[in-house]
Amino acid sequence: MATSQEVFDKVQETLIDALGVDDDEVTPEATLIGDLGAESIDFLDIVFRLEKNFDIKIPRGELFPENLAGAESGFIEDGMVTEKGISELRDRMPHADIDAFADDPKVENIQELFTVEMICKFLESKLKS
Amino acid sequence: MRWFWVDRFLEFESGAYAKTIKNVSLAEEHLHDHFPGFAVMPNSLIIEGLAQTGGILLGESTGFAHVVVLAKVPKMRFHSWACPGDTLTYTVTLVDARNEGGTVEATAYVGDRLVAEGEIMFAHADQMAADLPFDLDQRNVVFDVGLLDILEVGKAGDGTKQFEASPAS
Repeated sequence: MATSQEVFDKVQETLIDALGVDDDEVTPEATLIGDLGAESIDFLDIVFRLEKNFDIKIPRGELFPENLAGAESGFIEDGMVTEKGISELRDRMPHADIDAFADDPKVENIQELFTVEMICKFLESKLKS
Repeated sequence: MRWFWVDRFLEFESGAYAKTIKNVSLAEEHLHDHFPGFAVMPNSLIIEGLAQTGGILLGESTGFAHVVVLAKVPKMRFHSWACPGDTLTYTVTLVDARNEGGTVEATAYVGDRLVAEGEIMFAHADQMAADLPFDLDQRNVVFDVGLLDILEVGKAGDGTKQFEASPAS
């Protein structure tokens, strides 16, 4: 059973390889897009590498859900995520800090849910199961 | 100009690895600007050649069922360069292949001198976001432009094959 530190170390190594960032940039609270400069295709790359490094299978959309803020999702009103949308987020991203997001549920803040810590939490629960 | 950045496949093992060559020629227009007085194969086109080799390797592994696009170059280091008259040998190894795409490790050599080494990642565009306009057929891309002809692994002047290929049956 991997400890939290071991999981973090491996995630850090994964992100250094995938995003070409330095180790001191990969802190638990760093956001993938804002702080580490990840783009859409990087999410696919990160999933590939995590599967390999942790020897697990990550079904598509489980770690990084897709179409969270699509116009047709019905979870957005006036640029804000609705109550229904927030509960959907809790459902689909139990590993993310939705409480912090719910304080200011602007659509553009969704990307801040994708942090290094979120990946670690996801992996820890995945490795337990 | 045709967008072929490899001249010939030398070796091909389905789903495993492929080796191609690119002969650098002073007849290539861009070499006169890159750079004036010092003609050198642009690194970006070395990456393209490696990606064409790797893309065909990945595409062939599924019988060209997917639209393979170059998604990302996570890592590429250039150690030296290639000049007119040089033959670049590209070797790519498939390290990861899955429904969403795949990754190859790639090297470029001139003789036994390492020119470039790195990693290239491909995505299967047809498996990506459904709202992207990817209704093209990979078979058309590969077959219509004749890209697959270079898989015919070299014919000698007398019409015999110069090398035996071993593509997937």
